[in-house]
Amino acid sequence: MSFDAAYQDQKLKSVGTRPLRPDGVDKVTGRARYGADFNMPGQLVARILRSPHAHARIKSIDTNRAEAVKGVKAIITAADLPDLTNGDAGTYAILDNCMAREKAMYDGHAVAAVAAIDEHAARKALKFIEVEYEVLPHVTDVDAAMEDDAPLVKDDVFTTGVEPAPTKPSNIANRAEFGHGDVEKGFGAADVIVERSYKTEQTHQGYIEPHACVANCNSDGSAELWVCTQGHFVYRQNCADLLGLEVSKLRVTSSEIGGGFGGKTHVWAEPVALALSRKAGRPVKLVMSREEVFRASGPTSATSIDVRIGATKDGKITAAEATLRYASGPYADMWAELGAMTSFACYDLENVKTVGLEILVNRPKTTAYRAPSAPMAAFAVESAIDELAHKIDMDAVDFRIKNAASEGTKSSYGPVYGPIGIGPTLRAAKEHPHMSAPLGKNQGRGMACGFWFNFGGQTCTDLNVNADGTVTLAVGTVDVGGSRASLSLIAAEELGIEYQDIKAVIADTATLGYNDMTDGSRGTFSTSMATISAARNAITVMRERAALTWDIPVEDVYWEDGHAHAAGAKHDNRAPLSVKELAAEAGNTGGPIAGHSELVADGAGVSFATHICDIEVDPETGSSRVVRYTVIQDAGKAVHPSYVEGQYQGGAAQGIGWALNEEYIYGEDGRLQNPGFLDYRIPVCSDLPMIDTQILEIPNPNHPYGVRGVGETSIVPPLAAIANAVSNAVGVRMAHIPISPPRILAALTDAADG
Amino acid sequence: MSSIAVSTTINDDDVEFLCQPDETLLDVLRNRLGLMGAKEGCGTGDCGACSAIVDGRVVCSCLVLGAEAQGRTIETIEGMANGSELHPLQRKFIEHAALQCGICTPGFLMAAKALLEVNPDPTETEIRFWLAGNLCRCTGYDKIVRAVQDAAAEMRGENA
Repeated sequence: MSFDAAYQDQKLKSVGTRPLRPDGVDKVTGRARYGADFNMPGQLVARILRSPHAHARIKSIDTNRAEAVKGVKAIITAADLPDLTNGDAGTYAILDNCMAREKAMYDGHAVAAVAAIDEHAARKALKFIEVEYEVLPHVTDVDAAMEDDAPLVKDDVFTTGVEPAPTKPSNIANRAEFGHGDVEKGFGAADVIVERSYKTEQTHQGYIEPHACVANCNSDGSAELWVCTQGHFVYRQNCADLLGLEVSKLRVTSSEIGGGFGGKTHVWAEPVALALSRKAGRPVKLVMSREEVFRASGPTSATSIDVRIGATKDGKITAAEATLRYASGPYADMWAELGAMTSFACYDLENVKTVGLEILVNRPKTTAYRAPSAPMAAFAVESAIDELAHKIDMDAVDFRIKNAASEGTKSSYGPVYGPIGIGPTLRAAKEHPHMSAPLGKNQGRGMACGFWFNFGGQTCTDLNVNADGTVTLAVGTVDVGGSRASLSLIAAEELGIEYQDIKAVIADTATLGYNDMTDGSRGTFSTSMATISAARNAITVMRERAALTWDIPVEDVYWEDGHAHAAGAKHDNRAPLSVKELAAEAGNTGGPIAGHSELVADGAGVSFATHICDIEVDPETGSSRVVRYTVIQDAGKAVHPSYVEGQYQGGAAQGIGWALNEEYIYGEDGRLQNPGFLDYRIPVCSDLPMIDTQILEIPNPNHPYGVRGVGETSIVPPLAAIANAVSNAVGVRMAHIPISPPRILAALTDAADG
Repeated sequence: MSSIAVSTTINDDDVEFLCQPDETLLDVLRNRLGLMGAKEGCGTGDCGACSAIVDGRVVCSCLVLGAEAQGRTIETIEGMANGSELHPLQRKFIEHAALQCGICTPGFLMAAKALLEVNPDPTETEIRFWLAGNLCRCTGYDKIVRAVQDAAAEMRGENA
């Protein structure tokens, strides 16, 4: 069935209001069930043995003594997860990461797992598993990994994307290039050029809920998995692939999710739990500790980025170039490529070139973290843009406005933009009272822009009209930040009924068609499209039922304000039929009323934001404090403005932590030294001010209500906004994130020493 | 290890349980008593998701031994509402959209409740420092602070 996704300018009644979220009471009373809040009869407790080495060949694993521990029911190693990947390198990387096969690739890499009747027995058994390692040279730093004499993380990786194909293995897994024009010619036309190198350290999503699941494999080949995930359909596919299960026989239910931010898009523990359950013949619960989350889930890349930008004296950028190195852990992905694509996306450039290099290191496998790869690229580029504006003595906002991309601009990564929000967010920033507020002593102001693509993807939704006229909306995208509220608003809008009469639920994998995961800011964007489509299909059914009831042609029935109306003078005397009335008679008019939808949600509108930040620095200690922060972002259409604001504020806070404090610290031994919230310090309540938000609504032409994804872009500008603010406060350019007190102090000392 | 018998009061109910000497109060609440509102975010007292109130004082229940509950008065999130009537803080958290994923919410509510019991009219700064032991990764704390301010005002009778 065709679905017209084109934007229609219309007055909306429900969309844009702020009703109470449907999962609120469960969450404030402690009744909401997260990953670790579920148990099965006879369940075992699982624990994972992890490599203490950053890089080591596994010569042997002896589990005999561990198996003899009382209460132990199953122990698995990589031998219990045979390679079923048929040469699929991506799936093999997932398998290898779940349980080390020939080599442990990083500190924390799983090497064996135990299921036992309780925690005591499981932990005791771990101590009796004997692993013989041959320790290999390791490399954890992105720049060190590129040196000629660096230890090879993998000896079978040859750089892709270069001609001719290399014959020597390398830690540079791939090279991706984007751009257009002639940058050298552009630099020739520049009056001023800024060139600088930047570094960002590795950070973690820092979701408060550790990974947790309960797996149950039955002897008949059926299995079920309860898990906190951003995408239970994807987890089902991954687990089925890795364990050789039939997809239809593995039923995955997503729990409430205690934060994900991209970090719950990949399987780690789930295939292990299923394999343990299969071997033990009993349900298995596996909950990661916080230390395991830091050491062995999927943080984001550490980066090293060189930027060069040239402009004329009157503020026109003539050329822009960047080389971006992203550490991806031991398995290559597309993190550098995404960095290269996003870096200059805010600007209208005649000559631009970006090169992304994906670098293998002995650290955990990098995973998505909210607008993955964009914040680091924006940090480098927006820092250089700011420096360039200073050099030509132009206001930083005016300089950006002058060079901002707009509708029709060919983006630095290829596509031509439709209507976009970069110009409007910049102009709103210029007019914002924050921009002209006075600054105090030791304070600096910075601003920066950010871009994110947004994704759409496969989406499937069921809308069931119940006998009392209320509606159950079954969706397959996990609710990470309030989407059940926003999707209920959408259904209410389309059907013309009250928000309170809609109940949105997240269906499990057995009860709804496949859905891509909640990533790429797609939850509300794509599932609202499917919801609109499903509602329209249900309306078609209800019009048919009304026509049957009235005994008139269905063409004479139209839908308005939650009622079927008989059109035309000849049917004037018929009172409209409500959803409730139609539902009550459904048994006599053809059976239950429902609308179904399956689609690929194309046309996720790109997203832009501009942030403004004031920082106060203590020159004696190097400590800094954010004193004022403003987020301005295009939402397309804010479905539930409170939760849009929440996304803006939450992304800003994560970005502030990234910019000022958070970093993975590895020792010379290749071990992570700060795998806990005490030493990996995320922002606490007393670190932050109120975060002001301004929602702009530039309709996405490819969504009926103009909706764009809003979840990710808010983390893109903060690194640069803060770096610019600190640099303005202390008079020294800060080019290494996090800008922690020791780095500020060192910069001030260096400057004083001349 | 042999178990220890503990008698305590939880949410106004007399409760008895057996626990291991090294078992935390959090594990007892979750695994033995079925009170799963307290969450384990870190197990090291850094995140506050397991906050409970013991004899009027907010604690990380992951840092308290189950055996230490003997003779104490313990409040958990499950006892915060009066039957089906939500506590003003619970209501205001929902009204102000002060939760997204919600995993930290029980801990914030327990900590905020303890704050308002000792200081019914806290400043924004006092709220921020009192809640600094509770980590939230979703909200940036803005709406949480506003919800606590609004609940405090209502509890002082200023919103009527």
